[in-house]
Amino acid sequence: MNKELKVNAIKDGTVIDHIAAHNLFKVISILGLDKISNPVTFGNNLESHKYGTKAIIKITDLFFQDDEINKISLVAPNAVLNIIRDYNVVEKKRVDIPDVVMGIVKCFNPKCITNNESVVTRFNLIDKENVALKCHYCEKITDEKQLYVF
Amino acid sequence: MINRSLVSISDFSKEEILKILDVAADFEANPNQKLLDGKVIASLFFEPSTRTRLSFETAIQRLGGRIIGFSDSSSSSASKGETLKDTIRMVSNYSDLIVMRHPLEGAARYASEESKVPLINAGDGANQHPTQTLLDLYSIYKTQGTLDNLNIFMVGDLKYGRTVHSLLIAMSHFNPTFNFISPESLKMPNEYKLFLDSKGIKYYEHLEFTDIVEAADILYMTRVQRERFSDHLEYEKVKNVHVLRNDMLANTKNNLRILHPLPRVNEIHTDVDDNPKAYYFQQAANGVFARMAIIATILGVKK
Repeated sequence: MNKELKVNAIKDGTVIDHIAAHNLFKVISILGLDKISNPVTFGNNLESHKYGTKAIIKITDLFFQDDEINKISLVAPNAVLNIIRDYNVVEKKRVDIPDVVMGIVKCFNPKCITNNESVVTRFNLIDKENVALKCHYCEKITDEKQLYVF
Repeated sequence: MINRSLVSISDFSKEEILKILDVAADFEANPNQKLLDGKVIASLFFEPSTRTRLSFETAIQRLGGRIIGFSDSSSSSASKGETLKDTIRMVSNYSDLIVMRHPLEGAARYASEESKVPLINAGDGANQHPTQTLLDLYSIYKTQGTLDNLNIFMVGDLKYGRTVHSLLIAMSHFNPTFNFISPESLKMPNEYKLFLDSKGIKYYEHLEFTDIVEAADILYMTRVQRERFSDHLEYEKVKNVHVLRNDMLANTKNNLRILHPLPRVNEIHTDVDDNPKAYYFQQAANGVFARMAIIATILGVKK
């Protein structure tokens, strides 16, 4: 079986691996990769031993701060970041859901002010394992089943 | 507490709650104290609520403050499509304090963040109504002489009723025992039971309204709200399940008092009204003193 990816290796930058295939475009949008000028390569629906199919993104000359990259944790909780310097992986990082989630998740409550006026959503993480987010405004809890990422 | 907004009862610590209750007692003893001379208070009611609005406006008048505002959104710019943010930014330029009621949940927290002056939440949808909680606490404190170690029974709609949820959180500072009486479909939500577990507070759940109330210090009755039911049949099934009648009070404790946030429908039979243990109308009157205390404390005019 040919395991080689059909994308080129990068010299310096970040490779984000183990993204669930159906969430690739959400990750791209959350990280704003559709708005940058760096070379970006991505592959979708690739074979994954662990998850069936996965997506991968390679970004040349771009390195993320932890709080930036943690934004994708809600849609890609298993993502692994490979930091590449001179074609070598110098560091591997896992994503972590931040304690305060701003502007990414929609509150499930239709009567919440954030769904009726242009307000940046804000949640406090109350359960990391099962992903439960308490809305800072209406105080209702959005859980994994109701989670919708903008 | 000075210059801080009151959005949710959990914004106030135990000590701050007790301070408000002390100030409320002082205002009850001497209700006309012109402490708000020269202050303008905005009363913004984006949905009508006669009792809450009149209680706030009475409190402001007794303190000698002036009121601007509206009593429902059709008479405000919201009817022209103005955003809440713009209304709040504008009004906070005119006034020293905002009292706001709004039909959307979370509106109060958002408005408090946009406002330059402190804001008191007078109810945001089904979310929070902290001044109701403070007047409930004041009523309990006044009738029992303490808030500590009381046996509190909550009856009726424990699922959707925001007053019981806020009261539960506020009382958790004072080592209560809770008894919840409700139909199966209106039981206390899990998140509140988990909260009590985390605080080591005892609670018991019952489906039947029986002589267990003989152990109660406070019987907090609530209305089953028709508007919460999408299924009319389901509402008809539960609306008359737990009705308090005078004969049920025969063997209850002498210090028992019956509270209800009002309006009542038929969950308390009118034959209870003349029983000295019925306290719901005085409870509503206490709302003025509790609100005077909250306003005066936030504006820093009462030491």
